[in-house]
Amino acid sequence: MSTRVQSSGAGAVRTLLMFIVVAGLIIGTGFVQSWNTALVILGLGLISSIMALGLNLQWGFAGLFNVGVMGFAALGGLAAVLVAMPPTPGAFAAGGPRVALALLLGAATVGAGLFVWRKLPSGALRALLVFVVVLVGLVLFRRVLDPGVAAIEAVNPASTGYLGGFGLPVLIAWPVGGLLAAGAAWLIGKTALGLRSDYLAIATLGIAEIIIAVLKNEDWLTRGVKNVVGIPRPVPYEIELQRDPAFVERAASYGLDPVMASTLSVKLLYAGLFAVVLLVLLVLSQRALNSPWGRMMRAIRDNETAAAAMGKDVTARHLQVFVLGSAIIGVAGAMLTTLDGQLTPGSYQPLRFTFLIWIMVIVGGSGNNFGSVLGGLLVWWLWVQVEPMGLWLMQVVTSGMADGSALKAHLLASAAYMRLMTMGVMLLIVLRFSPRGLLPER
Amino acid sequence: MSAPFLIGENMTGGYGAADILHDCTIAVDRGEIAVIVGPNGAGKSTAMKAVFGMLNLRKGAVRLDGEDIGHLTPQQRVVAGMGFVPQTANVFTLMTVQENLEMGAFIRTDDISTTMEEVFELFPILREKRRQAAGELSGGQRQQVAVGRALMTKPKALMLDEPTAGVSPIVMDELFDRIIDVAKTGIPILMVEQNARQALAIADRGYVLVQGANAHTDTGEALLADPEVRRSFLGG
Amino acid sequence: MGDAASDIQLLNAFIVFMNFVGIPAITYGSQLALGALGLTLVYGILRFSNFAHGDTMAFGTMITILITWGFQSMGLSLGPLPTALLALPFGIAATAIWLLLTDRVVYRFYRRQRAVPVIYLIASAGVMFVTNGVVRFIIGPADQRFTDGERFVVSVREFKAMTGLPEGLAIKTTQALTVVTAVVVVALLFWFLNRTRTGKSMRAFSDNEDLALLSGIDPERVVMVTWLIVAALATIAGTLYGLDKTFKPFVYFQLLLPMFAAAVIGGLGSPLGAIAGGYIIAFAEVIITYAWKKVLTYALPESWEPSGLVQLLSTDYKLAVSFALLVVVLLIKPTGLFKGQSL
Repeated sequence: MSTRVQSSGAGAVRTLLMFIVVAGLIIGTGFVQSWNTALVILGLGLISSIMALGLNLQWGFAGLFNVGVMGFAALGGLAAVLVAMPPTPGAFAAGGPRVALALLLGAATVGAGLFVWRKLPSGALRALLVFVVVLVGLVLFRRVLDPGVAAIEAVNPASTGYLGGFGLPVLIAWPVGGLLAAGAAWLIGKTALGLRSDYLAIATLGIAEIIIAVLKNEDWLTRGVKNVVGIPRPVPYEIELQRDPAFVERAASYGLDPVMASTLSVKLLYAGLFAVVLLVLLVLSQRALNSPWGRMMRAIRDNETAAAAMGKDVTARHLQVFVLGSAIIGVAGAMLTTLDGQLTPGSYQPLRFTFLIWIMVIVGGSGNNFGSVLGGLLVWWLWVQVEPMGLWLMQVVTSGMADGSALKAHLLASAAYMRLMTMGVMLLIVLRFSPRGLLPER
Repeated sequence: MSAPFLIGENMTGGYGAADILHDCTIAVDRGEIAVIVGPNGAGKSTAMKAVFGMLNLRKGAVRLDGEDIGHLTPQQRVVAGMGFVPQTANVFTLMTVQENLEMGAFIRTDDISTTMEEVFELFPILREKRRQAAGELSGGQRQQVAVGRALMTKPKALMLDEPTAGVSPIVMDELFDRIIDVAKTGIPILMVEQNARQALAIADRGYVLVQGANAHTDTGEALLADPEVRRSFLGG
Repeated sequence: MGDAASDIQLLNAFIVFMNFVGIPAITYGSQLALGALGLTLVYGILRFSNFAHGDTMAFGTMITILITWGFQSMGLSLGPLPTALLALPFGIAATAIWLLLTDRVVYRFYRRQRAVPVIYLIASAGVMFVTNGVVRFIIGPADQRFTDGERFVVSVREFKAMTGLPEGLAIKTTQALTVVTAVVVVALLFWFLNRTRTGKSMRAFSDNEDLALLSGIDPERVVMVTWLIVAALATIAGTLYGLDKTFKPFVYFQLLLPMFAAAVIGGLGSPLGAIAGGYIIAFAEVIITYAWKKVLTYALPESWEPSGLVQLLSTDYKLAVSFALLVVVLLIKPTGLFKGQSL
């Protein structure tokens, strides 16, 4: 008993120390580089921490291998557009009903296909019928959809050309993003859970790519690669603050010029908002971890066969935790797009949005919520800092070379890719030498 | 009396901290069939695995042909001349019968065709089915593939872990006949058996284990006649 | 019905079909099949889904490209065939070294620990990152073209002149090369797996690891041979894909999904399944994303002529096709068409 208290006490001290180190890194960045950089790192680091928290729920609690973080985060981003952007005048009238009808048709096709599949005895006839149903449905779907899409995209294509959103406060998009991601996760989970772990990985890898393809190509919904910019903010604009005499005066009292003060304040406000969300989710995750539900999850993770033998419905539990974790990632995705103020489908890269989050969870300590938060902040800091470090390293390496040499130019230009290597090496090293991470699960 | 060809002497040990075997001795000589029987959980398979080097012994020795092989891994024991047929998953299911036999002879670099011919002589059904995947065969035929595979190394001793588990009584009798045929070629056979009565009937030596220790040791015939063995263990 | 004019129309429809669906799908299917074979071999022997496979292909192709450029600048060429063929052995050798290195540094440790498959999966993601970084560091993220030699085996013009038909059929050198190479490579692979001692020992190891060990099969040797074969398959698949289309590192990462889908559809661990899966995915992808207007215009009576493009799905969603097939297989028959898990 006493040793256990002691070890958890030691764990708490270790956790505290680690967080102090990370805080030191970020504050140090403020002193050495600039406070602006430090706050940018903090904001994105907090969002990364939330994504890591969601992934940890799936991997750390339940041992589920989700390689689709990018897709769920992107759905959150879509939510930000759909909720917060003003509706495009005339766009819905132009093609909205057609698109809605087409989507219903699409859903009906899938439903009809499933119906035929369930009702008929297996055989060549069934396969053929399902094929015909899907084919006819798909043709009809395109016939209804395409004119509607064309009509919507014709509405002022240079600046809108899409439906727009509901014009609601952007904060509402955060839970909505979670819901969208949860829906997608439910579909994937229904398909791939209960099979070999590899299959969930492959299926999530696929859904993520497809979600990104939809965001890139369905211009009527997201403007595609033309990007949606100017998503309304939950915090004031810098320019408003600079116009506010009270703010300028307060800034002056700290010895800051209004421009700098306004940038920093906005970033601080964002960081504050993110921190609140993170804290709420962290508290909830901690309570979940230590609840009977969390204990059961971990019992299933550690011995699936035994848990199944004890009458636990493993697949149903997995579905629960998978949906929950994806929802958290969706919330974080919506926050990210809110922070950016724009949705840029082309910027979603699996290495940055999926595998980096994995590194955060594993480096922080799988199964430990605090570890995920720590990993999120620390790895994000590294991700940002490795690039200048790589460039610096390359400058040192190439300093002896003649200016204008092709090799020198190549090395300097390629320095950016050093960080992929660094992250990969870091993952491999932690996985091998410290597989329980910086803050091990108790 | 000279020392037996294969002997696990005074073996004590187990998989983890707790010992399963206690001072247990198992031996078999050339041309003999030795059978290990005993109630469930008596450590029958464990004793055989100990002879094959699949668990760590704290005490005791294993000798093959007078040589101490206690330090060898199971793979090295195969090279040293021990053939082992596991109880389950003992054939390559997706490979043909012939390929199973070829894989059995993997460590050999010389010509294996005569050995394969000998195996086909012992198990004629295998010659007939040699192009068929082992996984498609019946339980009894699979066991013959498994034994045949182990014979391909030309082992100096053969160990069988419950060769008749899960086969019908008729197939069991047939398998025992085949095993007697193998023993007649001069190879010592050590086997663990669940079907104690039938197994002891063909055994030159019988070992009754209880809780990891030797309870009775005698010829198969004598054990079958021993009233105590009959009462406590063979069910009257 | 059945008169000469409508026969010609059907022939035209068939030629258009072959030109835009048949030949491209066979080519792409061959490339996917070779890639999926690599995945399935790793799964069968090392028992994990290798997320680094797409980047391994990129690595092998990159080396081949660099050597090709070297040869081109030296004036070496294969005449009508792409110089890359000459560089291919070097690409394979370099990839083999790279894979053996990653095995030595990364995977071997987990093998000794008998780690669960998902740990390998994460480790392979780490290897993917590093490989990805190396490739981009050396050759950059941009498109690279390295195709040379004769462009066509049969060009549209030649075909029209030969047959006198209004529609032409073109066969690119790279397409012919892909199919021929794939057939040769697959034949060699199957010969190796089914006829040689080492190949059989690989199948035995894949079938029943414990029994293989009992039979004296050396697991490290099996693993090494596997990586060598995977290096060859990945480099060949990547180079053929690059010759036929273009080389871009990110595209190779994205090939993971169709390759995985192919391997799963065929049954993970089954070489025959990987090949079948490759062609199924390729045909489905091309058929669903092809605009059928022209074929239908020829094939159908005039009054039925379609008004739209008759394209089921835009080519931007070709990944969705692999994914949909994957989902269908997971729902209906998770073990795949051919029983998987073993070579």
